[in-house]
Amino acid sequence: MSTLSLTSAFNLLLKRDLVLAYRRRSELVNPMLFFVLVTAMFPLGIGNDPKLIEAVGPGVVWVAALLASLLSLDSMFRSDFEDGSLEQYMLSAHPISILVLAKILAHWLVTGLPLFIVAPLLAILLNIPGEAVPTLMLTLLLGTPVLSLIGSVGVALTVGLRRGGVILSLLVLPLYVPVLIFATDAVKTSIAGIPTTAQISILSAMLVGSLVLAPLATAASLRISLS
Amino acid sequence: MIIRFFHQMGSPRYFYNIAGKMIPWFMVSFLLTLLAGLYYGLIVAPPDYQQGESYRIMYIHVPAAWMSMFIYVVMAVSGLISLVWRIKMTEIIIISSATVGASFTFLALATGSLWGKPMWGTWWVWDARLTSELILLFLYLGIIALHSAIEDKRVAARAVAILALVGVVNIPIIHYSVEWWNTLHQPASITKFDKPSMDASMLIPLLVMAISFKLYYGAVVLMRARAEIVERERNSRWVQEMVEQGAK
Repeated sequence: MSTLSLTSAFNLLLKRDLVLAYRRRSELVNPMLFFVLVTAMFPLGIGNDPKLIEAVGPGVVWVAALLASLLSLDSMFRSDFEDGSLEQYMLSAHPISILVLAKILAHWLVTGLPLFIVAPLLAILLNIPGEAVPTLMLTLLLGTPVLSLIGSVGVALTVGLRRGGVILSLLVLPLYVPVLIFATDAVKTSIAGIPTTAQISILSAMLVGSLVLAPLATAASLRISLS
Repeated sequence: MIIRFFHQMGSPRYFYNIAGKMIPWFMVSFLLTLLAGLYYGLIVAPPDYQQGESYRIMYIHVPAAWMSMFIYVVMAVSGLISLVWRIKMTEIIIISSATVGASFTFLALATGSLWGKPMWGTWWVWDARLTSELILLFLYLGIIALHSAIEDKRVAARAVAILALVGVVNIPIIHYSVEWWNTLHQPASITKFDKPSMDASMLIPLLVMAISFKLYYGAVVLMRARAEIVERERNSRWVQEMVEQGAK
């Protein structure tokens, strides 16, 4: 019988994933670089009118964040699936949804948090005024975990497929719509100088809701993918 | 009695035979209601005082939009049943419904766009209903893509069941967020068609068309389910016997 408590299993899994990510530091930078690059492409595409850039800024940052999150999702369970450790988790005595939550948390720390850190830089590039930068960062802090959580269901469903990447984006992007709407709206509202409590509350509600429901759906999907 | 009925419906062979007997009834009643609905909708119903004759596309557009949501709910419910009780037939229903649902969603979008051109002056506006319908189409396409990507069809059906359930939890959230986004970003310049203030002479043909579309869905989903059953059960004896008899 397992003598490992659930908390220590959670911590061990989290630590293992973080160590693995740290050993491959070059891959760590990639989502962040992608985020910056996509954002830098927009002004090149739409012209250098500062007013225009300011108007589309919040939307551009968030669409780039969606794409960066989508790009990094595939790695969430990939290596564990290939070397068979995912099957070992299935056999463990602990609820899979909690173990999955540890993996999602590790994945978010590695791919979501960097987006939050570079956001002020992008705000400068896109003429987003200083007063709105804290709101932008707050929406990223609340929104990117939701992206990882919702995305984890899609990854779990497609992990066994050889060409899961394209299907993954088809599955996950429509579900990202509410986050995109409320996050960009919060930033725009704060640029206009209006309080953003409503949007932030709804984003927090989405975070809490997906935190509860997504691991269950992910666990069920993993069981199906591995059957 | 009821339990026995469900038990029998769970058996592919029984379902196959019953479905085969039900399809003609669905088809005949579909055609009758379709003719009646189209006749009353296109010829008898009076022209709208604001929109003239062009409102008549509503008799296709609105039932199609209703169907697009109805079918998604059917899929989610069958998804739940097939995940909890592992009934083969509900798995088949999900898959058979997905393409029909996607077609109805596309039909609703296409007719909405055709209706929008004379009314709003453009083929497409980012109206709340149009946008959420578009996202619904993407959800359907995701389900179809996932199902065709997984080779083992039983695994595929269960994966799709989960996806349908995740989708059905999200649809209200998506719908309301799109509506919220729309009211913030667009002035109320769009004159929406007022539904409750509809005259009975226009409403009745609409309801007849809605029933007609449901019957059509029933017929098509049973046909597709029968085809799916034969494909899945091709190694079982009753299918082989049936094919041999048909070949003679």
